[in-house]
Amino acid sequence: MLQGCVQIALTLAILVAIVPFFGRYMAQVFSGQSTRLGAIARPIERVLFAGAGVAAKRPMTGTQYISAVLMSNLVMGAFVFLILMTQERLPFNSTGLSAPSWDLALHTAISFVTNTNQQHYSGETTYTYFSQVGALGFLMFTSAATGIAVAIAFIRGLTGQAIGNFYQDLVLSITRILLPISLVGAIALLIAGVPETLGAPVQATTPEGALQWIARGPVAHFEIIKELGENGGGFFGINSAHPFENPNNFTNLLETVIMMIIPASLIITYGIMAGNPKQGWLIFWMVFGLYAILSAIAAIGEFWGNPLVNNVLGDIQPNLEGKETRFGWALTALWAVSTTGTMCGAVNGMHDSLMAPGGFVTLANLFLQIIWGGQGTGTAYLFVFLVLAVFLTGLMVGRTPEFLGRKIEKREIVLASLILLIHPIAILLPSAITLAFPETLSNISNPGFHGISQVAYEYASAAANNGSGFEGLGDNTLWWNLSTSFSLIAGRYVPIIALILLADGMTRKQSVPETNGTLRTDTVLFTGVTAGVIIILGALTFLPILVLGPVAEAFNLG
Amino acid sequence: MIQDLIVGIRSTLVLWVLTAFIYPAVILIIGQVAFPYQANGSLITNSEGQVLGSALIGQTFTSDQYFWGRPSVINYSEGDDAAPTGLSGATNLAPDNPDLLERIGTEVERLKTAETQPVADLVYTSGSGLDPHISPAAAQAQIRRVAAARSLAPDQLQMLISKYTDGRFLGIFGEPGVNVLKLNLALDNQ
Repeated sequence: MLQGCVQIALTLAILVAIVPFFGRYMAQVFSGQSTRLGAIARPIERVLFAGAGVAAKRPMTGTQYISAVLMSNLVMGAFVFLILMTQERLPFNSTGLSAPSWDLALHTAISFVTNTNQQHYSGETTYTYFSQVGALGFLMFTSAATGIAVAIAFIRGLTGQAIGNFYQDLVLSITRILLPISLVGAIALLIAGVPETLGAPVQATTPEGALQWIARGPVAHFEIIKELGENGGGFFGINSAHPFENPNNFTNLLETVIMMIIPASLIITYGIMAGNPKQGWLIFWMVFGLYAILSAIAAIGEFWGNPLVNNVLGDIQPNLEGKETRFGWALTALWAVSTTGTMCGAVNGMHDSLMAPGGFVTLANLFLQIIWGGQGTGTAYLFVFLVLAVFLTGLMVGRTPEFLGRKIEKREIVLASLILLIHPIAILLPSAITLAFPETLSNISNPGFHGISQVAYEYASAAANNGSGFEGLGDNTLWWNLSTSFSLIAGRYVPIIALILLADGMTRKQSVPETNGTLRTDTVLFTGVTAGVIIILGALTFLPILVLGPVAEAFNLG
Repeated sequence: MIQDLIVGIRSTLVLWVLTAFIYPAVILIIGQVAFPYQANGSLITNSEGQVLGSALIGQTFTSDQYFWGRPSVINYSEGDDAAPTGLSGATNLAPDNPDLLERIGTEVERLKTAETQPVADLVYTSGSGLDPHISPAAAQAQIRRVAAARSLAPDQLQMLISKYTDGRFLGIFGEPGVNVLKLNLALDNQ
């Protein structure tokens, strides 16, 4: 038990040590200050801007920004859909794979362009190397960069600056953040044992004479951006539990930390760009606290194991179903909380086989969306909660609600509510429909209360743009592919549009000078109220489904 | 609108060249030139150059002569089902699924028949279905059986087990695991 807790605590300590430096670096990148990487990156950026035909310095209005996001994402998604559907005739198809069904290809394209990477397929048996590298690996960069760009635009708007140029932030996110870290990280993974080859699967003859087929491929470069960009789509079906994606505890530590550094550091970036680092740190510690509590709940559940199995074994042993020996209960639980909190969605153990506390925590993370949160968008949601907390406390004490010297008015509250309400709509409505037709639609694999969790998890994962799953679910059907596509799109683009409109509106507001009567937002008390708002709003919306799923399952297990 | 579309298409193309062509090509070249062993899957070959397996991927062992690995729902990607792509997969059984208990019951019976203490990782299936490791306790539990089948002294096996145990990273992170394939190949070479 103690050994496991030390592993978890040290991993978190590494994260805390990186965040201030990386947060400051991102603030420098997006404030146009020179950085050491600039000398190498600038010529590349110049080529990219020229090739794309973008006048990078020209700031965009809110509608121009939204139009640029939607149009670029549409083109990228369509491009990838085409590659997937024609993969049979494209190169690097060593195992002779044919095109997937149109609905699976559509779901895959939408899932990757929205930074979700929900997978209704197994990589090694469905997509060729060309599809994985040229289609999915490509979107891993651009979808992550889209999220970062939106977050930066949102932060700029909140602090009264022009929201900037989408294409400029998109390219800078790639050339100065995602690509340099990926290059170094991919080489580290490669040295540690992650393959990078175009060679076909290998046939091996085992000592007992069986014929083994060893899938491999260009994995290392894919794996690192998968974690860094919070994409989470595995090269292989079983994701980071696969020994070729995550062969040892060096790679596991690297992958765990790297999936959190961007969303955690963006909070600090905000503090610096808003000229109020203290507020950044207060929010950081609030999220960190929630994250640590949820990690503890999940880890304890796995440590005590499955009471039914422990009866058979005659001993208390951790739950190792769906877990790899090398990671054990502690690091699998920590990964499960981190990957659902950050909307990465990669897994190093099966969430379907987690004990009820683990199921509860992972679902709660998907519902709340801010325990670090999605690439960029998670940070933006945090500020939406801050805006709401300002509004609520303003109502309570009878002051005009102001945030960073700008009044919060009807338009802001309507947009903030839209962002929060689209999430339950995109989860609960399709879940209800699917559960109403269990025979024809749901394809649940586990009986009882857990089946309800399977369905809710799939839609929550889609709407939160996470991508992990209770993977026993038979989800490669026309219904699942199309209905989750709805949740994917609604959960991604409705909030992005609303965030940009919100930020654009704030930019154009008159700044109100701070007085004695101003409600200060950079205090421990206010941060505590914000945490309360987050938990209460989350609980009010999703408690029934948590009770019907993991809570009931926990009582059932005894 | 048309302007937006053109910029969208052009930026897609230039970013595609950078992230889906140049970047993977650089990593591929570095891998194949500088680290060919890892880049090609850490393959283990015999003296005739035949591939016996990968140091990172587990295999099925059922004979008393060998240490057994963890149960795998995909049979460690062996046999006709796995051809030609290879497989990975887990049971995804929930803790309260009756199938889980039934399977574990069978597994415990099998181990007890072989006079092996049922350790958790020997009855629970792994995440990938390809787990190369078992816990040191699971290896200990099998020493007597293997020693009897091979007429070897348990002390010798003890030494081999420690030799093929991958420790925690920096002595802290993760759990120690015995690489079953490497251990069994070493037994054959005794």
